[in-house]
Order: sequence, then structure tokens, then C-alpha cells
Amino acid sequence: MEAYINLFIKSVFIENMALAFFLGMCTFIAVSKKIETAVGLGIAVTIVQALTVPANNLIYGFLLKEGALSWMGLTDVDLSFIALMACIGVIAALVQILEMVLDKFFPALYNALGIFLPLITVNCAILAGSLFMIERDYAFGESVVYGIGSGFGWALAITAMAGVREKLKYSDVPAGLQGLGITFITAGLMALGFMAFSGIQL
Amino acid sequence: MNSEFRKISYDGLWGNNIVFSQSIGLCPLLAVTGTATNGLGMGLATTSVMVVCSALVSYTRVLIPPEIRIPIFVVLIAMIVTLVDLVMNAWLHEMHKVLGLFIPLIVTNCAILGRVESFASRQPVREAALDGLMMGLGFTLALVLLGAAREILGAGTLFANATLLLGESFAWLETVWIAPYRGFLLMALPPGGFLMLGFLLAGKKILDRKLAARAQSAQAGDAALLNET
Repeated sequence: MEAYINLFIKSVFIENMALAFFLGMCTFIAVSKKIETAVGLGIAVTIVQALTVPANNLIYGFLLKEGALSWMGLTDVDLSFIALMACIGVIAALVQILEMVLDKFFPALYNALGIFLPLITVNCAILAGSLFMIERDYAFGESVVYGIGSGFGWALAITAMAGVREKLKYSDVPAGLQGLGITFITAGLMALGFMAFSGIQL
Repeated sequence: MNSEFRKISYDGLWGNNIVFSQSIGLCPLLAVTGTATNGLGMGLATTSVMVVCSALVSYTRVLIPPEIRIPIFVVLIAMIVTLVDLVMNAWLHEMHKVLGLFIPLIVTNCAILGRVESFASRQPVREAALDGLMMGLGFTLALVLLGAAREILGAGTLFANATLLLGESFAWLETVWIAPYRGFLLMALPPGGFLMLGFLLAGKKILDRKLAARAQSAQAGDAALLNET
């Protein structure tokens, strides 16, 4: 149990997807103008991440890994080179399914998330979550915790960023830096803050 | 025809630059630009993926049903990225180790999907391939610029380890700018990438404003000349 809690804290703070690895940056910058939309997108990313990382873990573990097909009698087949295509396919399919399920059973949430759901397919934080999971050889339980943690960390970062940007509207920014320039510098300062977590051994 | 090619090239390299104008494709941009060499490697990998994808999509654009085009594009891109990944692992192994996870992540570089969706799926093969090339080179330019700025400030060198990427004949690229330098760690770390990109964007804004002002004053000068005559 303790190992899972450690992994969760590590994936939220120390290895924050957005501010330590620069993943999901395009949406991070583009959709952080208002807190409400940022929270909506953050929830969507967390849900998708919590579903896709374990799903990819199962697929990789039982179909693609070297020797994974031994249950079919094929002991020396190594399909790990198509892991990338399998991962992105699973993500695209899961996002599509999630969209249809939400539309049918939770229309309120579906309307709130709006166009963010399909956009998540090309959010690199999602794909990177699965790739990290493969690279670090997580077991199934760990992959569930890592999926939830990394998604939540990203949601936390974009919500904080949106909060700062809402306040920033009222400040007097130097002419050249207005718009995107100051946004990146804000993100840089936030990343500097998150660096304080690095080096914590859990 | 010729002027159209020139317009595509200008848009790709500067006017509609992926990073400086559209600000997409930011994950690889910030993540691998610790040094100029890494930026160049990543830029060239992305460029090759973009050219092939644009040409391929443009070639098959009549066959792809519009309802499911996005998944098809994504899988096409994933296939080409897998090829580039394997090729780099085989021939540029050292570089591949440095760029690591970020080569597979080219798949989710929204710049590629964006160009394929908005340009290549509507244009003939030659234009699409040229657009992919120019957009990719514009992206490479941004990566190298950001990488160079961070490397000079962070470590005092420029294009360190360029031989790993380009071979021994490019050893002259590796230069030391600030000789006894203790390094400025912030620039090499993630926050430095954000800060430097912010300043670069500000620089581009100022440059654009100066150019516009100059164009305006030139126009005014022309008008005055016309009035005199």
C-alpha cells in the first residue's frame, strides 16, 4: 500500500507531466485562460489517463511484450516494436468510447467537457503516460495508480495556471511580453516552484 | 506556380511558423532543447515525418472517408514515426538515447496532425510535400534557436556533441563561447525553456513591429514622392 501512495505522490508532484516533463503543453497553454474550462479539461484528462494507462498495460503485458504470447504457444515472438501504434490506437478508441458513453449516460458532464474530449487524443501527456508505463515496466496495480496520479498532476498544473492567468489580466505587462510571452514566463516560474519537489526520495 | 511555392516556403519558415506564430508543437520544443544539437536532431526527425505524412495523405486523400479521417491520419503518422524511431535507433544510436521518449511522442505533435488536416488533405502531392518540408524546417529553426540560446547561457558552448548527429566532418560546429564558465543550471532545466521561449516570443513581436513600421514609413515615403512628382 505504501508503495502505491509513494508512486501517486511522485507522479503528481515530483514528475508532474506538465511542469517537469513539458507534456500536454499545447493544450496547457491554449486552454488555461479560464478556471472553469481548465478544471473541465483537467477532469477529462484524469479520466482518460486513468483508463488508458491500465488498458495499455494489459495489452502490452499480454500481447506485445517479448514472450508475452507464450500463452498461445508462441514463446519467442516479440511485438514490442508496434507498441507505439497499439498505444495510440487504444487511446483513440477509448476516447471515442468514453465520448459516446458520456453522451448517453451523463449528458451534463458531456456538455461541460464539449470539444475537449476529442482533443485529448492528441494530448501528448496521455500517450507519454502509456510510454512511461512501458519503459518503467509497471505492474497492473502500479499502472492504475500511475494513470490516476499523472492525470491528476496535469489537472492540478493547468488549474493553477488558469488561476494565475485570470489574475494576470489586471496587471501591467511590458508591451513586448503581452499575450503568449508572459504566459510562458509564468509557466517557467511555476515550473521553478515545482522543481522544489525534485530530489525528494520516497 | 512559382510564386505559390515561394508563398508556401515563406509561410512555413517564418510567416506562419509553427512555433512562433501558431504556438503548437510545444512539448518537443521545450523538452529537448537543452542543447542546439538535440534541437537539430529532433527538428530533422520531425521534418522527415512531416514530409512523408503530408505526401502520403495528399496521395491517398480521395480514398480516405472524411468521417474517420482523424484516426486514419493518426495511425499513418504513428507508422511513419515508428519507422523513424527504428532508423534512428539503428544509425544514430547515441542521438536516439538522448532524445529517448520524445521520438515516439512525435505522433502526438499536434503540428503534424494540424498540417495534414488543414493543408495536405486538400492539396496535390507536390504542394503538400513542400509544405511539410517548409513547416518542418521552420520548426527546426525554432528548435535550434531555442536550443542555442539555452546552451550558450546554460553551458557556454554551442552545438556540443554535433558529431554524434552529423558525423565527424561537422566537428567545426562544436564551439565554446564562454571558456571558463561554471554553467547556469536554470537554463538547462525545464523552467529555463519556458523563460527563454517567452523572451524569444517577445523578441519576435518587437521585430515584427519594427518591420511593420518600416514598411509603413516606406509606403508613406513612396506616397510623398508621388505627391511631389
